[in-house]
Amino acid sequence: MSAIVWEGVEVSYASGAYCAVRGLNLAVAPGEFLCVVGPTGCGKSTILNLAAGLLAPTAGSVRVLGAPLGGLNPHAGYLFQADALFPWRTACDNVAAGLQFRGETLNSARATATQWLGRVGLHGAGDRYPHQLSGGMKKRVALAQVLALNPAMLLMDEPFSALDVQTRGLMETELLALWAAQRKSVVFITHDLEEAIALGDRVVVLSAGPASHPIGDFIIDLPRPREVAEARLNPRFIELQREIWGLLRAEVLKSQALLRAQLG
Amino acid sequence: MTLRLAQAGLLVVLLLAWQVLTASGLLSPFFFGRPLLVAQALVDWFASGVIFRHLFVTLFETLLAFVLGTVMGVAAGVWLALSPLAAALLDPYIKALNAMPRVVLAPIFATWFGLGMASKVALGITLVFFIVFFNVYQGVKDVNPLLLANARMLGATPRQLLRHVYWPAAMSWVFSSLHAAVGMAFVGAVVGEYLGSAQGVGYLILQAEGSFDINTVLAGMVVLTCCALVLDTLVTRVEHRLLKWRPAHTEVDAR
Repeated sequence: MSAIVWEGVEVSYASGAYCAVRGLNLAVAPGEFLCVVGPTGCGKSTILNLAAGLLAPTAGSVRVLGAPLGGLNPHAGYLFQADALFPWRTACDNVAAGLQFRGETLNSARATATQWLGRVGLHGAGDRYPHQLSGGMKKRVALAQVLALNPAMLLMDEPFSALDVQTRGLMETELLALWAAQRKSVVFITHDLEEAIALGDRVVVLSAGPASHPIGDFIIDLPRPREVAEARLNPRFIELQREIWGLLRAEVLKSQALLRAQLG
Repeated sequence: MTLRLAQAGLLVVLLLAWQVLTASGLLSPFFFGRPLLVAQALVDWFASGVIFRHLFVTLFETLLAFVLGTVMGVAAGVWLALSPLAAALLDPYIKALNAMPRVVLAPIFATWFGLGMASKVALGITLVFFIVFFNVYQGVKDVNPLLLANARMLGATPRQLLRHVYWPAAMSWVFSSLHAAVGMAFVGAVVGEYLGSAQGVGYLILQAEGSFDINTVLAGMVVLTCCALVLDTLVTRVEHRLLKWRPAHTEVDAR
């Protein structure tokens, strides 16, 4: 049984005037790390918001663990692209938030949160407020916040795009280690093809919007466990990159042409 | 530290200039008073204890208006921000009430609630309410939708969203409005007393003015100003404690 299935999904905004996604058929297997790449503005986040239940499809359906998704997806943890930490909560209390929402006492939630902060490499930073943390540290807190709830699946929307290159490589490797330990289903959205290949079991390419839909589906047969920086040097990595980029390039060009046309 | 000395120095210079100008007759002491006589009036008030009863009345009215007006403003602000239908319905009425110079309500409140404290508190509430209301309304409306989405994905119920997202997000707006609200609560109390009462600092000022005793009028102003400053400082203290998560505040603390 698939973790998430998008079945003939279509999403239109402004009562049909703009169609973001059309004819989306896609499935994520349990424990699979699926990366979705596509040009800017092709509706990548839309796919994720559908799976999270933050957005309802105009047509078609989304199924989670076999059941049609009505409201919010209770099995999913969502890692947002921008900083979504609560600025008035310390790092520890941010991680504890979800547990607290689920009815745990503050003390027991904090105990679990402290463990998770350790696991994402933030020992002793629990008392700091978000504005006292660097971009990479905030991402770690956000990751711990989501993982502390032990969700069956992770939805990640370009989570590392705002980080500098070194921090980013480090976070990617740590994400893989955490994922390998728990084998959750992951949908990872990115516009960075290298990141997608380095992390994923499978890479799906989306066409340029409007009416975006998958146009390519590639199995990434690189060995695991992977060290992100080393995986990039693997000849197979370069081969896959060339193959997928051949498809993606045309879409990126289309998307840029469209953008230019819109700007007049 | 040198800044504080300079500030105190400026005060001394101003007082001296005032004293010299009024003593030499360049400024008429009848209209401008004399600092030493103002000081004398203050000493008399506090030495005889006359002031305490009046000050207590004024402060009590102020605090009551401040607390009640704030509670009502917060409640109404949260409610209207979260129910767009009610907000749309009440919008013109709120705008009209806010545009009205509310001091004109003082005579009405005096007829409704008598010349005691209640009418002053009522006036203060109408002044405080709108300041707090508009800030809370804006604060709740402006909550970052990303934080709401995150909280919902983390399993927050609507009630938890209110308590853990809307409320703390609105708090910084509430506190910036409380500084203005304290001042307004004072205005309500003193203006109310001035327009008709038998006790309070506003009443003392009115009495002194009736006998052209400008020095006592000024002494009343000094007392009111000092009390307003103390209240404002208290609000700032509470604000710093409750909003210590805000970046600007740690920077101020580090000074």
